[in-house]
Amino acid sequence: MSYTSSEMMTVAAARAVSNDDICFVGIGLPSAACNLARLTHAPRVTLIYESGTLETRPGVLPLSIGDPELCETALTTVAVPEMFRYWLQGGRITLGFLGGAQVDRFGNLNSTVIGDYAKPKVRLPGSGGATEIATSCGKTFIIMRHNPRSLVAQVDFVTSMGHGRSGVERQALGVKTQGPALLVTDLCIMTPDAATNEFVVASIHPGVTRERIQENTGWPVRFAQTVTETAAPTNVELQALRELNDRTARAHGVAASD
Amino acid sequence: MAEIFNLSEAVARFVNDGDIVAMEGFTHLIPFAAGHEVIRQKRRDLTLIRMTPDILYDQLIGMGAARKLIFSWGGNPGVGSLHRLRDAIERGWPRPLEIEEHSHAGMANAFEAGAAGMPCAIFRGYQGSDLARVNPNIKFVTCPFTGEQLASVPAIRPDVSIIHAQKADRAGNVLVEGIVGVQKEAVLAARRAIATVEEIVDQLPTRSPNAVVLPSWTLSAVTAVPGGAHPSYTHGYYPRDNSFYIEWDEISRDREKFLAWMQTNVLEAHPEDFAARPPLRRIEITA
Repeated sequence: MSYTSSEMMTVAAARAVSNDDICFVGIGLPSAACNLARLTHAPRVTLIYESGTLETRPGVLPLSIGDPELCETALTTVAVPEMFRYWLQGGRITLGFLGGAQVDRFGNLNSTVIGDYAKPKVRLPGSGGATEIATSCGKTFIIMRHNPRSLVAQVDFVTSMGHGRSGVERQALGVKTQGPALLVTDLCIMTPDAATNEFVVASIHPGVTRERIQENTGWPVRFAQTVTETAAPTNVELQALRELNDRTARAHGVAASD
Repeated sequence: MAEIFNLSEAVARFVNDGDIVAMEGFTHLIPFAAGHEVIRQKRRDLTLIRMTPDILYDQLIGMGAARKLIFSWGGNPGVGSLHRLRDAIERGWPRPLEIEEHSHAGMANAFEAGAAGMPCAIFRGYQGSDLARVNPNIKFVTCPFTGEQLASVPAIRPDVSIIHAQKADRAGNVLVEGIVGVQKEAVLAARRAIATVEEIVDQLPTRSPNAVVLPSWTLSAVTAVPGGAHPSYTHGYYPRDNSFYIEWDEISRDREKFLAWMQTNVLEAHPEDFAARPPLRRIEITA
C-alpha cells in the first residue's frame, strides 16, 4: 500500500509505545499515535488524558482534551487537581507524549509564543499540561512535522524543558526523570546522544535523504554512527490508522489528525 | 444557602464590575448561558480566571468585559487560535488585556489551595520553564524537610465562581458528573458561587455515595438553564457541538462579523434560547 509521510510519522511514533507504558497523551498527533499503538501492537497500553480520564479507550480520536468519548470509555475519571497532583506529580506516569510549535536539538518545546513574549508575532495556546508532563513523566516522546520553522536552533520560549538550553540544565536542576527520549517527524526518528543529550538522526524514513533532513532542520544535524531505514508502514498499521481517521472524521465532521 | 433565582437576577446580584471571576468547566459543562448573561449585563473590568479559556472567554474578551486573564491554555480545542483573545493580546482590541499565564498544574494547584483556605500552593513544577521568567507570581520555595526546591503560586480566590452542572434538587444541592475538572475547587475557593443546571428535580437521582455533590450552603445561587453549556456539552444530556467550534473560527476572525454574531445571538437573546441549541443526539451514560 502507498502511504503519506504523515502516516509514516504516526506509525513510527506508535511503534515506540509499548503495552507496559502508562502514557499521558497530548491532543492531536500524540493522541493519534498512542491510539494507533493501542489498536495494533499494544492493546494493553494505559492512556491518560489531562481531563482526568484514566485508562481511556476512545473509538475515535478526541477533538478536545475533554471529549465525552474519553470519559465514557475510561476506567474512571478523576478531578483535574488530582490528575496533576497524585497521578502526574506522584510519579505514576511512565511516558509523556508531546507536540508543540517549536523544538530545539535538546528537546526543549515551545507552545507559547513565536517572537517576543511581551509583543508576540504569534500567540500560541500555551502550556496546558505540557510544562509538568515534560518533567514528571518517566520519559517523553515528541512528535512534530519536520520543517525549519518547527525544528529550530533556539526555541523562542521554553514552555516545557527538555534537557535545557545548553543540554545540561535538566540535570543541573536535579530533575530525576529521563526527559526527551525520542523525536519522531515525517522525515526521520531522532534519539538523544548519550553524552551531549543532542538529538541525532537514528533512522530515516524510506525515500528521504540526509540532505532533505538537513534542509528542513534549523541546526547542523548530526547522524548516528549507524543509521537505519525506518520500516515502511505495514498494511495492518495503515488500515488501522485509516479506519481510525475515518471514524474520527465521521464523528466530528473533521479529521483530528491527517 | 443557595437561593433559586432566574439567571439574570443571579448575575445582577452576584457579579459586579471589577470582580475576579472564574467560569470553570474542563471542555465539559462550560457555563455559556451564564457567561452570556454577564455580557448582556455589560460587566466591565473583570479579572477572568479559567484554565482553558475557549470560545466563552473569547466572547467575553471580544466584548471588552475583561481587563485581565489568568489562564494556562487558550485556544479553540482541535480547531486553532482564539482570534478575539489574540486580537486583544497582539493589538489591544477592543481594549488591552493583561495576562497572567500558568501551566495546568499551576492553575489546578492554585484552585485547590483556594478551596483549602491556603495563601499559596506548593508543588513540583515550572522546572526549567520560561513561564517562571515572565510571570512574577511563579516563585520557588525550599522544602524545610528535604531541601528540595518547589514551585509556589498564589491561591486562586475568586470573588465569584460560575459553573454549570447536571442537576440540582429544590434545596439547591448540585450534582456534577463526568469530567468534573476543577469545578468543585472553583466553588469552594470563591466568596460567592453561581451554578446553572440542566434541571431542578425533587430529589437527586440514585448515585454513587462518592458522587460530586456541592451542598446548597456552598453556593449563592442555583438556576435552571436547560442547554446552558452549549456548544460545550453536558454528560447524560447532549453532546459537544463540534461543528459550532469549527464555525466559531470563521465568525471570530473578523471584528465586524464577530460583533454582528454577538448582537444577534447574545445581546438580543435570552437564557431560555439555550434549550433549543444543543445537537439532538442524546449521550447514553455508560454504567
